[in-house]
Amino acid sequence: METLSFLAYAFDGLLCVSLLLIAWMSLASQNLFKAIVLFVTFGLLMALAWVRLNAPDVAMAEVAIGAGLTGALLLASLARLREISIVEIGTSNFKTNIHHTSYDVRWPLFIFLVILAMGLGYAIFSLPEHAVGLQKVVEENLERSGVSNPVTGVLLNFRAYDTLLEMIVLLVALLGIWALEDSIPHTKTILSSPVLDALTGLLVPLLILVAAYLLWVGAHAPGGAFQAGSVLGAAGVLLLLSGWQLRKIFSSFTLRFILVAGSALFLAVAALSMLITGRLLEYPPAQASSLIFMLESVATVSIGVTLITLFLSAFWEKEDKK
Amino acid sequence: MLDYATLILLILGAIFFFAGTLGLIRFPDVYTRLHALTKADNVGLGLIIAGLCLQAESWTIVGKLFLIWVLVLSSGATSAHLIAKSALHKGIPFWKR
Repeated sequence: METLSFLAYAFDGLLCVSLLLIAWMSLASQNLFKAIVLFVTFGLLMALAWVRLNAPDVAMAEVAIGAGLTGALLLASLARLREISIVEIGTSNFKTNIHHTSYDVRWPLFIFLVILAMGLGYAIFSLPEHAVGLQKVVEENLERSGVSNPVTGVLLNFRAYDTLLEMIVLLVALLGIWALEDSIPHTKTILSSPVLDALTGLLVPLLILVAAYLLWVGAHAPGGAFQAGSVLGAAGVLLLLSGWQLRKIFSSFTLRFILVAGSALFLAVAALSMLITGRLLEYPPAQASSLIFMLESVATVSIGVTLITLFLSAFWEKEDKK
Repeated sequence: MLDYATLILLILGAIFFFAGTLGLIRFPDVYTRLHALTKADNVGLGLIIAGLCLQAESWTIVGKLFLIWVLVLSSGATSAHLIAKSALHKGIPFWKR
């Protein structure tokens, strides 16, 4: 047992050092492509750190959204950024501009960060030695939440407004991208390869199945709407990469309806619970289980489609405006 | 007995991963590096999964582990193919002695 715990310590130490090192390398890298690859690596190691901290829910979300989808989104942005810098600004001009501003704010930023680090250090050292936390309160009330997985209980019942706000954040991010849509040149980066097509044909049904499983298992084990939604998102990105296109009929009303469905249903439940129980998002315990499942199912589809739509714009064939 | 078999399989898998990483760092061009990397992914992971299967408590876990191996195998092969294809497309030359 002695050697085992020593190995665990050594592994955790190595993980900490490599996390800090890779974060620094990613920030300091002049080459944007390298920075993105390092960022994805950071996400994977971070997920490993969450597993070591016994937080598989966070680890899954980190790996699927933090490393996978964000990495792919960053690469898609990079492809478009290159096009801009070649077409409009010219590469050298672009670089010197960035360098100049970063030099001016360096010292104030350094002082600000030192103060922030000192404040954080003070906060950590002034924590009570034996923090009680809310774990016990959650465990005692878990029965009334309608699910047996404490993480889902907290996210979808006790602090459901957190999840509601997260879904709205996702929607606002998409609106931001749509607002910038017209000012960015479009690139078409579709890979055509029979091997990729075969893999897509194999993986997409499997990913949909996995998403459904994660959604269902979320009630009593790690999983849930965000994890399932990001798996759906991954399936969509794979489809887009191998040349699939959204039919025009679905691209206006149907798409928008699905995008807002999750947040809208959440808001409706919030309003109803205000009317019935008098408190925001407080479900009656008898219906809590089915309410959570309904909310999570719709939220999964909305999250998945929102994540796909973030990419969709990068692959959208531009309509001729004539 | 089972523990020793697991140990041997895990060590063999680690050796494949080590060799693959060494190849990734030391080999001269993108094609040979891909060649080194896929060996680690496929055989190394296969050996490690086999070692873990011996320790599994139920057949469902064996099934899940096997599924992980198959998925990594197919996605690894596809991404290696796509990287090689786009490298070829960009005209990155082959390494010659």
